[in-house]
Amino acid sequence: MNGFPLLSVITFLPLVAALGILAVRSNANAARWIALGATLVDFVLCLVLWSHFDGTTAAFQFVERANWLGNGITYHMGVDGISMLFIVLTGGLMPFCILASWKSIETRVAEYMIAFLALETLMMGVFGALDLFLFYLFFEGGLIPMFIIIGVWGGKRRVYASYKFFLYTLLGSVLMLLAILAMYLYTGTTDIETIINTAHFPVAMQWWLWLAFFASFAVKMPMWPVHTWLPDAHVEAPTAGSVILAGILLKMGGYGFLRFSLPMFASASATFAPMVFALSIVAIIYTSLVALAQEDMKKLIAYSSVAHMGFVTMGIFTLTHQGVEGGIYQMLSHGVVSGALFLCVGVIYDRMHTREIAAYGGLVNRMPLYAACFMVFTLANVGLPGTGGFVGEFLTMLGAFRVNTWVAIFAATGTILSAAYALYLYRRIIYGALVKPSLQTIMDLTPREIAILAPLVIITIAMGVYPKPIFDVTSASVANLIQQNKAAIALDRAPKLAAIVPGGAR
Amino acid sequence: MNIQADLIVVLPELILAVSALALLLVGAVLGDKSTGLISILCVVAIAVSAYFSMVGADATAFHGALVVDSFARFTKAVILWSSVACILLAQNYFSTEKNARFELPVLMLLATLGMSLMVSAANFIALYMALELQSLALYVLAAFKRDSLRSSEAGLKYFVLGSLSSGMLLYGISLIYGFTGTFDFAGIASVVKGSGVTIGLVFGLVFMLAGLAFKISAVPFHMWTPDVYEGAPTPITAYLATASKVASLALVLRAVVVPFPGAIHQWQQIVIFISVLSMALGAFAAIGQTNIKRLMAYSSIGHMGYALLGLAAGTAIGLRGVLFYLAFYSLTNIGVFACIQAMRRDGQAAENISDLAGLARTRPALAFAFMAMMLSLSGLPPLAGILAKAFIFIAALDAHLYVLAAFGVLTSVVGAYYYLRIVKVMYFDEPAQPFDRDMGWSVGIIATIATAFSLLFVVNTGRLLEFANTAAQSLLK
Repeated sequence: MNGFPLLSVITFLPLVAALGILAVRSNANAARWIALGATLVDFVLCLVLWSHFDGTTAAFQFVERANWLGNGITYHMGVDGISMLFIVLTGGLMPFCILASWKSIETRVAEYMIAFLALETLMMGVFGALDLFLFYLFFEGGLIPMFIIIGVWGGKRRVYASYKFFLYTLLGSVLMLLAILAMYLYTGTTDIETIINTAHFPVAMQWWLWLAFFASFAVKMPMWPVHTWLPDAHVEAPTAGSVILAGILLKMGGYGFLRFSLPMFASASATFAPMVFALSIVAIIYTSLVALAQEDMKKLIAYSSVAHMGFVTMGIFTLTHQGVEGGIYQMLSHGVVSGALFLCVGVIYDRMHTREIAAYGGLVNRMPLYAACFMVFTLANVGLPGTGGFVGEFLTMLGAFRVNTWVAIFAATGTILSAAYALYLYRRIIYGALVKPSLQTIMDLTPREIAILAPLVIITIAMGVYPKPIFDVTSASVANLIQQNKAAIALDRAPKLAAIVPGGAR
Repeated sequence: MNIQADLIVVLPELILAVSALALLLVGAVLGDKSTGLISILCVVAIAVSAYFSMVGADATAFHGALVVDSFARFTKAVILWSSVACILLAQNYFSTEKNARFELPVLMLLATLGMSLMVSAANFIALYMALELQSLALYVLAAFKRDSLRSSEAGLKYFVLGSLSSGMLLYGISLIYGFTGTFDFAGIASVVKGSGVTIGLVFGLVFMLAGLAFKISAVPFHMWTPDVYEGAPTPITAYLATASKVASLALVLRAVVVPFPGAIHQWQQIVIFISVLSMALGAFAAIGQTNIKRLMAYSSIGHMGYALLGLAAGTAIGLRGVLFYLAFYSLTNIGVFACIQAMRRDGQAAENISDLAGLARTRPALAFAFMAMMLSLSGLPPLAGILAKAFIFIAALDAHLYVLAAFGVLTSVVGAYYYLRIVKVMYFDEPAQPFDRDMGWSVGIIATIATAFSLLFVVNTGRLLEFANTAAQSLLK
């Protein structure tokens, strides 16, 4: 694959397709097919990327460099074991989103597809960028299409939700921008690889930088107590918008912690880890309880997302191999499972046009196939062994147990609560007698919906029983990350000792 | 130095002056029907002047009263482009209004002459003369729709407050002269270096900055801005918002950085103060506006705050940031005002934000252009505005103005709210009655150029950054 800019092609192909749609914008069907075609091709390219990925090394691969702004700011793309699978996840979810919007979006179809394709480019860029400034452009740029998607095609309170989503995220991100500029002034470069490998920030500076990045990623994750934009955005967004929000956008926070906070501000990460644990525990327990009380399906899943992201942050900040790998695995499986759950909600929403749990009941009688699919995703959401959700949760708790028993105990309580709300939701919607008159004629899955849900069922189970392909990709990079993190922490502690020995310092 | 050599140095300005006088004669002979021709000739004159400005070498003229350096060239490039665009917009506007008069392009040419002298002025007398040449032309331009009450009010308000600020500026200049014994920037610098900062000099500096703050509409001297922006004809508002702002801020830069490097601690405090107030007021006061031109007035107050942040840093990086910011600001604002000018319904100008409702469905291209420029102004990546803001914030961080930088990014989030409101009205709301389709070629071209700049600048910044860098260096030399 030498010389072929595969990563850039994956990143910018959707944007080119969006321009193509612009040419046929009056034709809704052409727009749908172009969008589907482009996302499928992009996904295939992602799989090619995966198949050529060398899992034995922690170095960045598929690296591309080009001059950009000068003065140490370059166009630098590349993937390692940490970012690789997020690109595959993004590429994989997008065709489902386009398919899920096939019938449910009827107004301004071309604009909708353009917004989604532009969003895909920006999301791919976030995971592929190896330059801080480039990363920031992609990271922030994603707000614009998502703002439009929620605001134009969303539900009743779409304007409020879109503003809240936008301003919350922006507020966090501008502080990160300042941190990026400060790092640029300190090191003279914005190259992520160079900064990870060679730069070392003074501890006091690390604290500030860590907090600024944390402000951005904590909002994006989202962590308690800055999670309140998420339920609103999820509820008001169209189905595909919710899938992308839960599936990809939330993962950018976790990815950011792994790419920036842990390797660049190692000591600060260790210092602030207890705070992250506390926030994660609150997120896991509190939002699970809140989820239990929800009457809107999408809101319930949104709160469950916050709880699951709590496991991710907890796992990442254990700074252990198991915890970090578990965090990554949890993000990937949650990306698939929560996306699938939103798609499931979309299936019945398209038929009944309500998301209220009380409006349903006894669906198993008329929709057995749907009930089966929903069952798999519910159990994966609970973290049942044999599904994708289990592996991540188990590993993050294992990591937490090695660091702090209490954290692990509280987190384990959260899994019980997650079973409670998820099964409670399932019982109210699927089981019971089909008594509501409006549901008497509801139809089971159409072939298009089967085509959407069946692959996700297979992936969910496959991730539960055979996680090896994923760990093959991540383990070398994670091992390297942990080792770099440890070394950097040791370096920060070393000067105090070295100063005692005459001539030992510098 | 003989007079011929001096005249060659100011050849670009000479071209503008002679063309203005000649075109006035042409207009007097041919009458108002020749307005279109005169507009085109004005554009040609500016283009020729721009060519000679760009190829000219660094020099000084008239015993150091005027100086030609990279700084002057950079700001002139921005000013001349803005002037060309505004003259074209004005021609379109007044011919649509069936109110074309030949004095208009000539007055704009004279204002442009004032602006190109402003950025070259290197002593206080030249500075004042150039500033007044610009201002007098602008007072008339603001009131140019003489049958309109709002336009006349705008002109009068602008004139009264402008005169007041000129008085303050003159008072400041006389104090500075009294305490240093010279008008010359370089001379003042050496006096300050030799004998230190006296209390009288500080007073002079304060009055001078207050007078100049009026011209760039920085808080707390901003009160005229919303009224004048709203009342003046749209292309004239565009002219006030872009070329005039750029020239005035460039003048502030030179009049502060060159004569007073020794008094940096004194002026830095003032600049920080007005910068913080401008950023805050620009962000918060714009939220409640319903008229798009008033909104742009508050937006420009906020943007001046960001630009002053770069001056507050007082370093080469800071000046580079300011210059870069000015180029971005003026290029984008011209496009925004072109879009505002395209807001006409049944032959009447529509200026309310609610008039934009559903524009994305009735005029998708116009709505997209508007959105791109609004988001660029709010500093969202991947549009051009983020680079401009980033270079300002880098300068602030570099000068250890951490709190100021944090304040700047936070007000930019508040600012994003009102820019987003425009996007919301255009994209989320139900369509209102559509605008007239025929908006004129010049509006279309200018809006397209500005949109392309907003979208594509981040891909390749070209030589603009380098140019701004050399310009900043030349000022600190």
